[in-house]
Amino acid sequence: MDLNFSAEEQAFQVEVRAFLSEALPPEIAERVGRGEGPTREDMERWHAILNERGWLAGTWPKAFGGQDWGPIALHIFEEECAKANAPRIVPFGIKMLGPVLQKFGTPEQQAEYLPRILDGRDWWCQGYSEPGAGSDLASLKTRADRDGAHYIVNGQKTWTTLGQYANRIFCLVRTKFDGKPQEGISFLLIDLDQPGVEMRPIRLIEGGYEVNEVFFTDVRVPVANRVGEENMGWTIAKYLLGHERTNIAGTGFSVQALAQVKALAREVKRGGKALIETPLFAARLARVEAELEALKITNLRMLSKAAAGGQLAAEPSMLKIKGTEIRQELNDLARRALGPAAAPFPSEDLDNLAIAPKGHAHNASGYFNNRKISIYGGSNEIQRNILAKGMMRG
Amino acid sequence: MNFEQSDDRRMLRETLARYLADACPVTARAEVAYAAPWHGPEAWAGMAELGVFHALAREEAGGMGGTGFDISVVFEELGRALCPEPVLPTLLGIRLLAAAGGDVEPLLAGQHVAVGIGELEAPYDLDGIETHADAGRLTGRKSVVYGGAGAERLLIAAQADGRLALFDVKAGDAQVTGYGMVDGGPAAEVFLDATPGELVLADARAALSDALDVGALALCAEALGAMEVVQDTLVDYLKTRTQFGQPIGTFQALQHRAIDLSIEIEQARSIVILAASAEGTADFAKRVSQAKFLVGQIARQVSEEAIQMHGGIGITWDYPLAHYAKRLVMIDAQLGDTDWYLERLITARASE
Repeated sequence: MDLNFSAEEQAFQVEVRAFLSEALPPEIAERVGRGEGPTREDMERWHAILNERGWLAGTWPKAFGGQDWGPIALHIFEEECAKANAPRIVPFGIKMLGPVLQKFGTPEQQAEYLPRILDGRDWWCQGYSEPGAGSDLASLKTRADRDGAHYIVNGQKTWTTLGQYANRIFCLVRTKFDGKPQEGISFLLIDLDQPGVEMRPIRLIEGGYEVNEVFFTDVRVPVANRVGEENMGWTIAKYLLGHERTNIAGTGFSVQALAQVKALAREVKRGGKALIETPLFAARLARVEAELEALKITNLRMLSKAAAGGQLAAEPSMLKIKGTEIRQELNDLARRALGPAAAPFPSEDLDNLAIAPKGHAHNASGYFNNRKISIYGGSNEIQRNILAKGMMRG
Repeated sequence: MNFEQSDDRRMLRETLARYLADACPVTARAEVAYAAPWHGPEAWAGMAELGVFHALAREEAGGMGGTGFDISVVFEELGRALCPEPVLPTLLGIRLLAAAGGDVEPLLAGQHVAVGIGELEAPYDLDGIETHADAGRLTGRKSVVYGGAGAERLLIAAQADGRLALFDVKAGDAQVTGYGMVDGGPAAEVFLDATPGELVLADARAALSDALDVGALALCAEALGAMEVVQDTLVDYLKTRTQFGQPIGTFQALQHRAIDLSIEIEQARSIVILAASAEGTADFAKRVSQAKFLVGQIARQVSEEAIQMHGGIGITWDYPLAHYAKRLVMIDAQLGDTDWYLERLITARASE
């Protein structure tokens, strides 16, 4: 039993840290640390910086411009990025479409799209969920009818994250209308800049815009833009769900959030002493910290298994459930620590009033916004269904 | 034993519910509560006309109620309607002025008052108040003063001559920076710099404690009303939202969680009744502490679980449940959170 990274892995960790301290623009890290989230420009700038270093798509094969990273290298990279308050890599092109094209795409599709993902010419978004097809994704109704060398697409997608910045969308669409719903779905690449496509923003609970509805009315899509065979889209969707799940626990985010909450609890005063010295708040911190330490090891156990070529079954679902619960608890503590000072609606006009300590004006908004993490990417209920199915089968 | 409300209070509830459905529809809240003045002046005026504020004051102060149950009936309806009107400071103001034998009439008629007690480093504790008064001039800062934006007068707790005193300050004499809250409604930072204030009570400690307890009772009742709406919304959704070819309410995993919420909400109702019944007795502080502690915990559970069982729709601005959920979470941080009241219970137990 050895809980440490190998010498080689540790050297890589040092390399990543050095790179981050040099290359991550401090103003971007500050915005991310404040919980305001990176701006569009921040994300594009950070992608370009990573791409120059060759680390934007580290897990891609070298032939496609990646580094052939295994799960442990990716974990180290993502943990260090999270701790440094680097913007999260926008996942839709790099983590989702890229691997799909590499596995299921034609050489032409790979040559056309992969370089454009890396250099930022394309910003992809995801068209999976529909108003009537959330957890039950296979019941999706957006249809693609064949018309010669084109599909005609009609329907509505929803929860399309950062679609407002995207120029392309990958969609699951229905191409067969009888039989098992899973067997009539295809995977299409659609250009958003064309007639018949309408993107409408959805305002989220805390007031921000990050997700959208996308409406398709008689949108013409070349058949050449289908990835994989017709009606094979569900296989691709399942492949995607099983892919790149090493960071699903988000322990890097939690480590960073815990450090921030602790610092805040030292700064905030209650009755003449620091909040961190009040037993009830200290108990909340101690509880979540113990949970997080356990999760970090659970996560490493899974990584170790994956790195040895083991098949992951239940682990990603467990990590998603526990990881999101811990992150949400930390979001709760960050809001709770402020007491009434969490209440003002964040606005630049209020910054000079310093109601909350610097960098914490968004703590309540962040708490509300992050209720999403136990809902998206397969809700924690769906994860439990997956786990239960596996347990009862086994 | 009789857990029915009296006819008078039932009428008050029905009248207020009808009025609020019309004057502060929850569909308008997403606009009204989040832009200056962060509430609806017409709804406020109508409430004064309706005599809602009279229900918060005792007869000897010129009102028609003022007991724990009158207060809980009013605030439960405000919570049910998710009404952004700043009624809480009016309740506190009535209580404080009545304790001082002052004139409550302007407040009953709808004058906007805000009560500045909490400070940045002492959001809940009377002991930590640093704002002070010298020869009738106040200096200090009151933070996140609920209803402070748009208030005409401010009742300010300040140290004076070694005691905690209460002063009446014209809002125009102080520097009041108003803003909206993350869950809607008006608040403000109040800066006092040798600001003139009229002494209302030289030894205000007992009156302030009582006002805060009454305020906490009101917030618990508000949360209770809001939670019942959330529960109704959730059950409706479970019955109508279809996934996997059936209403999601047919899934036992969700049924049990929804039932857990309904059990907790019954507990919340019971503790609010207990606290309301203790108003005016020696037990009041303890009962209110138990209520605010439990309700704070339950309100968080109800809002988080209701959002989760809704899925994405539950975290969208256009779905009223999201605003109920925000109010339910943020209400905990007003006048003392679950940890603060739990600590108060622990301390009281130690000295029993």
